[in-house]
Amino acid sequence: MIYLNAFLLVGIICVIGQLIIDNTKLTNGHITSIFVVLGALLSFLGFYDYLTEYSFIGSKVPITSFGNLLYKACLEGYMENGILGMFTNLLTTTSAGISSAVIFAFICTIFFKPKN
Amino acid sequence: MNKEEYNELVKKVTPKEHTFKNCFIAFVVGGFIGVLATLIHEVLTKTFGVSMDDAAIWVIIILIGMSSLLTGLGFFDDWFTKSKSGLLIPITGFAHSMTSSSLEYKKEGLITGIGANTFKLAGSVILYGIIAAFLFTVIKVVFFL
Repeated sequence: MIYLNAFLLVGIICVIGQLIIDNTKLTNGHITSIFVVLGALLSFLGFYDYLTEYSFIGSKVPITSFGNLLYKACLEGYMENGILGMFTNLLTTTSAGISSAVIFAFICTIFFKPKN
Repeated sequence: MNKEEYNELVKKVTPKEHTFKNCFIAFVVGGFIGVLATLIHEVLTKTFGVSMDDAAIWVIIILIGMSSLLTGLGFFDDWFTKSKSGLLIPITGFAHSMTSSSLEYKKEGLITGIGANTFKLAGSVILYGIIAAFLFTVIKVVFFL
């Protein structure tokens, strides 16, 4: 069941992205940026928790989870430490994603050659 | 040729996108990534006894590592175009954009090539993510708390 829920959730989010790409002139860069903002908006409106409840992993895999995590971390920072906390806490939960992407990208760039 | 004729010609020449087919591919590929993530998560929690939240972070790191590696090996660019948004929307798209842009500019050197271009495409995700999260938090704090 958790497999089916993850399949449906990630699949449907991808379809929404594909519909936007096919029907507008927006590029891939636009789509990913829009989805991050959308994730933050859903989190702000309180809808993202429903997605997490529906499929725990399925809600973490799409890029929308980035926006969700950023918003949650920022709000949590405010609760703990006021305005300063917003700045110090904002990137904490997304750190794993950003750091690992940078580290793996760098290692791969050092060891591999571009294809063409 | 006036403007209307030109527009008509453009319409005729532009290849028609098969929206339904594209959506189906995106759905299946995206869903497959979701299933793969769940499988890794299950293995980590059930076999290795990692906690739910930690395992979720490991899943993200593993997916990012895998897509960076596949991009470096040269498979991913091809799959990326074929799978439509199926690989773009999951976190794999983020890792791919970073690795591919830094690989592409590798020949221009460590600083002006790799350094300046790693965040070329992924930068907008981080930028707008931070701006959106910050703004929404300000709105929440000012109006709802």
